[in-house]
Amino acid sequence: MTATDFTNADPFSGSYDTTEGTVYNLGGGDWDSIAAAPEGENERIVVNMGPQHPSTHGVLRMILELEGETVVEARCGIGFLHTGIEKNMEFRTWVQGVTYVTRMDYLAPMFNETAYCLSVERLLGIEDQIPERANVIRVMMMELNRVSSHLVALATGGMELGALTAMIFGFRERELVLDIFEMVSGLRMNSAYIRPGGVAIDLPNGAEEKIRETVVLLRKRLKDTADLLVGNAIWMGRTVGVGYLDLTGCTALGMTGPVLRSTGLPHDLRKSAPYCGYENYEFNVPTQTTCDAYGRFLIRIAEMRESLNIVDQCLDRLVPGPVMIADKKIAWPSQLSIGGDGQGNSPEHIQKIMSESMEALIHHFKLVTEGFSVPAGQVYVPIESPRGELGAHVVSTGGTRPYRVHFRDPSFNNLQAVAAMSEGSMIADVIAAVASIDPVMGGVDR
Amino acid sequence: MSELPVVPLGTTEIDLVGVRKGSFGTSGSGDTSGFGGLVAPIVMPGASLPPFGGWFDEVAEELALSLLDAGVSGVVEKIVIDRGEMTFHVKAEHLISFMTECRDEPALRFEMCTSVSGVHFPEDADRELHIVYSLLSITHNRRIRVEVSIPDADRHLPSLVALYPSADWHERETWDFFGIIFDGHPALTRIEMPDDWVGHPQRKDYPLGGIPIEYKGATIPSPEHRRSYN
Repeated sequence: MTATDFTNADPFSGSYDTTEGTVYNLGGGDWDSIAAAPEGENERIVVNMGPQHPSTHGVLRMILELEGETVVEARCGIGFLHTGIEKNMEFRTWVQGVTYVTRMDYLAPMFNETAYCLSVERLLGIEDQIPERANVIRVMMMELNRVSSHLVALATGGMELGALTAMIFGFRERELVLDIFEMVSGLRMNSAYIRPGGVAIDLPNGAEEKIRETVVLLRKRLKDTADLLVGNAIWMGRTVGVGYLDLTGCTALGMTGPVLRSTGLPHDLRKSAPYCGYENYEFNVPTQTTCDAYGRFLIRIAEMRESLNIVDQCLDRLVPGPVMIADKKIAWPSQLSIGGDGQGNSPEHIQKIMSESMEALIHHFKLVTEGFSVPAGQVYVPIESPRGELGAHVVSTGGTRPYRVHFRDPSFNNLQAVAAMSEGSMIADVIAAVASIDPVMGGVDR
Repeated sequence: MSELPVVPLGTTEIDLVGVRKGSFGTSGSGDTSGFGGLVAPIVMPGASLPPFGGWFDEVAEELALSLLDAGVSGVVEKIVIDRGEMTFHVKAEHLISFMTECRDEPALRFEMCTSVSGVHFPEDADRELHIVYSLLSITHNRRIRVEVSIPDADRHLPSLVALYPSADWHERETWDFFGIIFDGHPALTRIEMPDDWVGHPQRKDYPLGGIPIEYKGATIPSPEHRRSYN
């Protein structure tokens, strides 16, 4: 049928948009002419993968152009989880900001909190006044968090490739770490535990023993998980040579974390720009030279072992002392303790402000409602999160609220590599490639 | 800025980014505290003078030399060393040549542009929008910040995607949130907000939104309309 044939024309249509070329209508009965038309060309179809597909790590939308099963073009659509955290923080005090940032990359809350708190502390000029115990606890929490985050990367990555036992193992082991977080901070996730000036509350009684026991158990369980997948022919068949990105590509695309280290470059901010006293710990930076998804998997396994070693060193370094800065103009006025009802409270502090010192009450009220002022300026403090460089660009104009907070989230940046990693590959390899980046959409969209 | 409040000695026009007024944000009601009449300048850290100390001098000298070789002058407005971090304030028209030297000069070798971020200072006349780049050199283990200030009336800036492909999404985000148009960007579309969104949410003239909440007879205003101590 040609464009000049109007015998089957739609009586309700005023005119035809197309006046030349082949026109197909939906009248039916013309299958022969339709099926014959694309002969000789590669038929290209566009597939929307996500935003609710279980293998897209949350609400990631991928627009794939396919020829057969080969991916010709891959593009990401993000923003489905955008919550305006950065904007909201401009209307809260500096301390309240912690409760917002912890919800960004929800698999690595301790890292978000630390990046933000280190920035605020640098703006305040109090970096060297943070108590030793607070720094050790921060490192310990971050490394435990790195283990739990990598376990989820393994679990969801495994599930997406059909390795369901890896998923069960990963989430089961992660729960061990979350139990520690709950014991220490009261919350499994989004704990708002690390605060400007130190940490919210000291370790409760019995926490050190529990962490020690958990580390022993995790080592054993990690070996089980590793035995399941390392060298596994099916696992290797899905990941070896998949999601290839070499050092040049990584540098151009600003990749950091396990993806960069899978090219053989041992770039780790804990070594190159230590913070929180990382220079005092002994650990290795695992690398691979395969540039592929399997290499990144091996790196994550090795990093978890290193993290557990750091946790052991933290436990040895823990000595009694304050966990909040001594400066009363910055430190949160009370240290909470868990009462008989399971709620956090501080009876001594309430006794003091309510019946002993009017000045203490005023001070408490001012610091909690108004907050402290931060001198004008801007800082960018990057830390090594499980996914790479996590940095907080924090601007203050001298007020009691942040003027601007911008998080450079590694997942946001690293997702740009999806096209480079998966174009030209099979559609099934896209899943493995994205899983090897380990994006967390809460961090991507913020 | 037309009427300068009292500023610290040595403050230049470009250090001054705004004015803070009052203390409790009250308006329309009687201010009995007197704090409502407070006026204070917002002064960002000013230019530093060499020697800066450490590797800062080496970077500054190498940059000056290579920019001289490239035949461009008047590139850097000021260099700020503050809280152990180095910031180059660069003129918008020279951004590309500055970044090219940063990336290609072997003594500098800033391989990665890790972050692009915007800051909106509505009172900083003709310099309302500040765009902040963070550059990382893994080779030399150094990190610098490059800041460009452009007028709100002409929100154009050359795109860095050809130099640093990683700037792609970061620039889209800065367009989305601040309305800065990066000329030469391959596909400058919204990235976090929906495609048909109106406005650029991180600008200071864009409201936070929210509604008052009633609880047990009392009404709590939305965060934006609560009393502010700033």
